[in-house]
Amino acid sequence: MADVKKHNTPMVDELKGGSWPSFVDDIEQKGLKGKQECLDLLGQLELSYEHKETHWKHGGIVGVFGYGGGVIGRYSDVPEKFPSIAHFHTIRLNQPSSKFYNSDFLRKMCDMWDHRGSGMTNLHGSTGDIVLLGTKTDELEPIFYDCTHQLGADLGGSGSNLRTPSCCVGKARCEYSCLDTQDICNDLTQTYQDELHRPAFPYKFKFKVSGCPNDCVAAIARSDCAIIGTWKDDIRIDQAAVQAYIGGELKPNAGAHSDRDWGPFDIQKEVIDLCPTNCMWMEGKELKIDNRECTRCMHCINVMPAALRPGVETGATILVGAKAPILEGAQLATLAIPFIRMESPYDELKDFVEKVWDWWMEEGKNRERFGELIQRQSIQEFLRRTGLKPIPQMVKEPRSNPYVFWSADEVEGGWERDVKAFRARHAA
Amino acid sequence: MANRITDIGPPHYEQFFPPVIKKNYGKWKSHEIVQPGVIKYTSETGDVCYAVRVGSARLITTDLIREIAEIADKYCEGYCRWTTRNNVEFHVTDEATLRALLDDLKGRKFPGGSYKFPVGGTGASVTNIVHTQGWVHCHTPAIDASGVVKAVMDDLFDYFGSHKLPAQVRIALACCLNMCGAVHCSDIAILGIHRKPPLVEDERITGVCEIPLAVAACPLGAIKPATVEVGGEQKKTVRVNQDRCMFCGNCYTMCPAMPLADGEGDGIAILVGGKISNRVSAPKFSKLVIPYIPNEPPRWPTAVKTVRRILETYAANADKYERLGEWAERIGWERFFEKCDIPFTEKSIDDYRLAYTTYHTTTQFKWSVHTDNL
Ligand code: HEM
Ligand code: HEM
Ligand code: HEM
Ligand code: SF4
Ligand code: SF4
Ligand code: SF4
Ligand code: SF4
Repeated sequence: MADVKKHNTPMVDELKGGSWPSFVDDIEQKGLKGKQECLDLLGQLELSYEHKETHWKHGGIVGVFGYGGGVIGRYSDVPEKFPSIAHFHTIRLNQPSSKFYNSDFLRKMCDMWDHRGSGMTNLHGSTGDIVLLGTKTDELEPIFYDCTHQLGADLGGSGSNLRTPSCCVGKARCEYSCLDTQDICNDLTQTYQDELHRPAFPYKFKFKVSGCPNDCVAAIARSDCAIIGTWKDDIRIDQAAVQAYIGGELKPNAGAHSDRDWGPFDIQKEVIDLCPTNCMWMEGKELKIDNRECTRCMHCINVMPAALRPGVETGATILVGAKAPILEGAQLATLAIPFIRMESPYDELKDFVEKVWDWWMEEGKNRERFGELIQRQSIQEFLRRTGLKPIPQMVKEPRSNPYVFWSADEVEGGWERDVKAFRARHAA
Repeated sequence: MANRITDIGPPHYEQFFPPVIKKNYGKWKSHEIVQPGVIKYTSETGDVCYAVRVGSARLITTDLIREIAEIADKYCEGYCRWTTRNNVEFHVTDEATLRALLDDLKGRKFPGGSYKFPVGGTGASVTNIVHTQGWVHCHTPAIDASGVVKAVMDDLFDYFGSHKLPAQVRIALACCLNMCGAVHCSDIAILGIHRKPPLVEDERITGVCEIPLAVAACPLGAIKPATVEVGGEQKKTVRVNQDRCMFCGNCYTMCPAMPLADGEGDGIAILVGGKISNRVSAPKFSKLVIPYIPNEPPRWPTAVKTVRRILETYAANADKYERLGEWAERIGWERFFEKCDIPFTEKSIDDYRLAYTTYHTTTQFKWSVHTDNL
């Protein structure tokens, strides 16, 4: 084995102590087994801790043949000190829906990455991809070949294209899920391979799928198109289980508060009074819900999961246009479609998505997120382009200013008028 | 390369489901957190599945992944899962295996003493901090990510493995305003910020960027094209109107000749009270309560102390089920600042676009330390 050179890293070494898993220890152990990249990375990090500035150069375009995304170029600005990380590119590998793995896949991936990369990863990046950190330009094609042939895995997205869609654990393990989140995520990913790999958009576009309004993958905050499960019929109630919660045999919120004494469970205070719409009440020993008034916030179901379940007429609420603050400020996604049935192959959803993309590709400015286009050109334009009907569910409240953009064809007689005729009625 | 294949997409998820998950897909009936970090799911078929959730550093090596694979082989028929917050989950179907797994996980430590696989992150806890890349791998950060997260999680470790809080507290960190980690809707957000306008490399700028793109990149229109003399030669470049710059770094994203990192000027802002779930109240943005904390590697003591103070003040005062932002809104923000002992400064008053929606337009406010001397 080649000699490995450990750098003096007193500050970074401080992060080996404490209880939380230490990335420093992990990386150093790997380095001491022969991966110079790991030791150089810690060395460069120490330099950043001294200078309080990053030592990675800006960008650098690299990629694999025929793909416009999935690889992010990275170069050290102190390569003479840390030569093994002079190039340190990132590979984004598209993760399987909801991130289950078997050990065989993981080992193959590790072997590949030890052979062709630094042995360091992010599992996972914030967008969802398996992020493999640190390789050189001439390894990119072999890595791509190994991934597609041996792992059956393809690159994810980066740049101005569809980003890797992601989803919550859904029906695989969660009784709340109103959607087959894995299938939707996988279907969209497969359907839109071209959009994922070949940038044609003004900027990034993200799909995220959560099975219920708890929104465990933060779709409403981070995705240009959030697909969130919901139901149209009534919350299912098991009255015997309601009594079991009241009697203390079942723990509220599935035991989420077990380390503190909050007193005995009080259904009035903890469920009925916290219902944001006041649509629940007790009638003798029966819990009643006026489901027409329920906004499906999930609180009562979260508190008494064994007694309450979402209804069975399920589908998704679609919200669009969330983004982090750059440039026009942060946006949460805006409700576009209150309810859409979600059965494979999801044609109705795809039809909507393609109208969204057509509009955005035609009118979006360079680096303008979809939510910003809506802000710039208006919700009304969004509705026209997608053929959606305006409904009160789209707003918190109606507007408070009367500055309406009427168009010529909406007012009697149109905009063409005769100023002479006007003056004939009114002296100047 | 011969036989090159493209656009195959991700591996199909179903091949990675543990047998009990595959069999009970869509049939789960209920769940219970039997202890912090261990969720027991019950199916309509009568099957049960325990999911054991453990923390991870997110930045992990192939050796650690191999160790996870080995644990999966030993206890979980070879399967495991990652969560959206970079936790790892192991699934078992009987209590004996569960106990053996938990014992085994507890014993696995790094040489420096930290746990490799701490169990927790469920229920009314602080779960794993979602975070970005920091000095370990990005070109725009104002702070490190993994290091700050390690320091904060060491300090809050007890809250990861227990259910002592009024509700879950989601902490997130992003190392610059790009917010790759989407921290803008977290109960507590730790955000790296720059505080100095970009430098402009007049000699290099035309070679490495398109000037109109750099000009257009600025959300505040602070960048203007300019021509200057460099070594007796007229060169096209840009000038930054420093009074208008809010240090977002968007120009640097577009143009490498406009760096803004600065060891002395950069630091941390803290935002609080955001949430994503629709439970009880609507999703909310996090709000800026501390505009600046100095960058203090390797353990960022001021940031760590501040996060703990906010978390513990919330824990001591909020009602059961109440998220941090719901608590702050209930007691009023003036009271939040008072209780958390955070000085209120003009920097917490919005002056960006559409700022008006955040102003108070009512006579309903509370007396607090801020009004006591009036
Ligand atoms: C968006 C357009 C506007 C609407 C819909 C609007 C509507 C109203 C209404 C409903 C009232 C209450 C009338 C009442 O007490 O009977 C009012 C009062 C008033 N408005 Fe406006 N207004 C508008 C624009 C303006 C503008 C542009 C000005 C001044 C430049 C103005 C000045 C006033 C004043 C001085 C009052 C009396 C205020 C008071 O004594 O409370 N309004 N307006
Ligand atoms: C009690 C009912 C709930 C169940 C059964 C549940 C289940 C889960 C599961 C299985 C995960 C892992 C998901 C993944 O990574 O894909 C998760 C994560 C998450 N959940 Fe929930 N959840 C519940 C309630 C909530 C609520 C009420 C919220 C928000 C208020 C919430 C927010 C989150 C977030 C942010 C994550 C990511 C956490 C992580 O991966 O560590 N969940 N939840
Ligand atoms: C050229 C500069 C940028 C680089 C190198 C970069 C890099 C990255 C990387 C590596 C990730 C995955 C993060 C992870 O591993 O956790 C990511 C995600 C993300 N980036 Fe960036 N990014 C850049 C610019 C931006 C900008 C300008 C924005 C905002 C407009 C942005 C917003 C995001 C968001 C919101 C995510 C994560 C979203 C999610 O979790 O779904 N990034 N970025
Ligand atoms: S979003 Fe809903 S369905 Fe999905 S894991 Fe969270 S609680 Fe379950
Ligand atoms: S889901 Fe929310 S709104 Fe509906 S009944 Fe339950 S607590 Fe009330
Ligand atoms: S938040 Fe900023 S500094 Fe951090 S990884 Fe994203 S772009 Fe880089
Ligand atoms: S840092 Fe942001 S505000 Fe400042 S000049 Fe650059 S783009 Fe404009």
